[in-house]
Amino acid sequence: MTEPQLSGWGRVPVPGQELRSEDLARLTSDAVLTRGLGRSYGDSSLPPASRPVVVATPLADRILSFDDATGVLRAEAGYSLESLYHDFLARGWFTPVTPGTQFVTLGGMVAADVHGKNHHVDGTIGRHVRSLRLRVASGAIVECSRTQEPDLFRATIGGMGLTGHILEVELQLVRVPSPWIWGEMMRVANIDEYLDALKASAAHWPFTMGWIDCLSTGPAMGRGVLQRGRWATPAEAPREFPRALIRVPVPVVCPSWVMGHTVGKIFNEGYYRWNRTTPARVVHPAKFFYPLDALVHWNRLYGRRGFTQYQCVLPEAAGRAAVKQLLELLTRQGAASFLCVIKDCGEQGEGLLSFPLTGTSIALDLPVRDNTQSVVDRLNEFVISQGGRIYLAKDSFTRAEHFRAMEPRLDEWLAIRRKWDPTGKLRSAQSVRLFGDPA
Amino acid sequence: MNVVVLGATKGIGRALARRFAERGDRVFLLGRDPAELDRSAHDIEIRANSKAPIGFAHCDLADPDTFGPALAASASALSQVDTVVVTAGDFATQPALEADLARTRHLLTVNFTNTVLFCEEVRAQLFGRGGTLCVFSSVAGDRGRKPVILYGAAKAGLAHYLEGLDHKYRAQGLRVVCVKPGFVKTSMTTGLKPPPFAGEADGVAADVVRAIDRGQPVVYSPRIWQAVMLVIRSLPRFVMRRIEF
Repeated sequence: MTEPQLSGWGRVPVPGQELRSEDLARLTSDAVLTRGLGRSYGDSSLPPASRPVVVATPLADRILSFDDATGVLRAEAGYSLESLYHDFLARGWFTPVTPGTQFVTLGGMVAADVHGKNHHVDGTIGRHVRSLRLRVASGAIVECSRTQEPDLFRATIGGMGLTGHILEVELQLVRVPSPWIWGEMMRVANIDEYLDALKASAAHWPFTMGWIDCLSTGPAMGRGVLQRGRWATPAEAPREFPRALIRVPVPVVCPSWVMGHTVGKIFNEGYYRWNRTTPARVVHPAKFFYPLDALVHWNRLYGRRGFTQYQCVLPEAAGRAAVKQLLELLTRQGAASFLCVIKDCGEQGEGLLSFPLTGTSIALDLPVRDNTQSVVDRLNEFVISQGGRIYLAKDSFTRAEHFRAMEPRLDEWLAIRRKWDPTGKLRSAQSVRLFGDPA
Repeated sequence: MNVVVLGATKGIGRALARRFAERGDRVFLLGRDPAELDRSAHDIEIRANSKAPIGFAHCDLADPDTFGPALAASASALSQVDTVVVTAGDFATQPALEADLARTRHLLTVNFTNTVLFCEEVRAQLFGRGGTLCVFSSVAGDRGRKPVILYGAAKAGLAHYLEGLDHKYRAQGLRVVCVKPGFVKTSMTTGLKPPPFAGEADGVAADVVRAIDRGQPVVYSPRIWQAVMLVIRSLPRFVMRRIEF
């Protein structure tokens, strides 16, 4: 029998296997790593080679308490955003922060300290987490919050599951005036216009983000489509609850030309033309927050070798020149990217390895090719020179020395981690690569 | 509809109890561990936004003495029981069972003898005037197969029993639903390599709720397994001896 393999969303596998159970407390007693729905792109949810088993939380998905007056929700770590949407949106509550997919768990969201279209206003998910229950390396079960074991709490938000197995999460939900979004699209002709529009929108809209065409060059470089929105008022919203959307699977792993340069050119041209500037109108919340969830297994489009997502944030001080330079650098590397998402970020959160900082976040899907390592190296060198950093939840190529150069908070995080896990028991393929943990 | 679920804290039983409660059915949970039952009852109350607390009682398929009190508690909590679902059961791989006779005895007793005894008590105690009895057999019971000889034999016996009940008592208002799940990614199957067409608990629960509403005597889920098993049942022995399925 062939050795079982496990991969992140980027479909680059390592030897490994998931163990699933409702009983996380039992499963985590001897495990080195826990994962949620496996939506991190790179190797953060993959096991080290010597311990090829990862606990998976999706069956541990019970709601433990919910206060309808305050919106405080406590649930087991495997409770997913898909369930939260289903259970709470119709009652007028929603997660304060959502990433671009519903197929994530509360535990995974905390571990990656995810951000969303409202980062410039509401920060990362960590800001809204009240308390966590962890199984730490010693085997003890510890409750941590801003007042109880605050160091462990800060190290766990964005700590990629390396400070303890997250068992339960207590989250502050937000009241929404309706389940619908009031939003609009703006087509913009180039990167300068795009960044202007992003900045101008941030003052008035809680949700902003957009797609740009990385394959266009010259004066049209960075042309794109900006989306902005807010929750619709009861007066604007239709009376009925948004109907469940039809999801279509990508049935097979596609050949690599499907996400190659030529198809990319055609797709981007079409997408750009299709999305005209529209006045504000009612938008389906799942279409607004989770457009790619409609295409189940869309990661299969990238072919047998899989893909990586390169996501970095460039600080405000680096200016828009840096954003342009990064795109030019990408073009020079000949690295075609279908999906390029640019979003402005607000202040850095309290999580010690939390990704966002005030500036501009750029996310690029890169199909894995022979030169991917050198493309990522070049991009990282540039990001370091600008004082930016990368997002661990997406990464599988960054070198340890590059990460260290990006992350002034790393030593503080490592010290807290060492205090709770002196022997370095909890680890992942990513922590082996970046922090020198034993393989 | 008032539904009792044995095995409600985990896997497909958990998903079923949630689905029933969310559409407004009253549910009563049976299981082995009171602390787990309490946690699951609370989860369902919040998901279903239910004003009334969800009741539960201890019931262990390994201990037939628990059946009577559990069913009495169900009947008094729900006043009338329309449907009883049994998802609970034991599982071990064929190599594990072959290596341990005591383990084999336990699995055969729980999955066949005691499950049948539980159903007999349900019929006698609760379903004097009819009702729906939904019990989980398995695709493993459709044919003697190398990887599931012992587990499959118990599930085959159970399916036979359910078919007999259907033939004899349907006219008297007893509806029997025999569920044959294919490979479902639950804690029961964790660590096994999922074959193609592996399902998730919630998808199976959706199929089962539909089958209960329709009174369908046999339901495969995910549904593709009906076709898969049709092929497997028709394979000649000399082929079955060669393949590892």
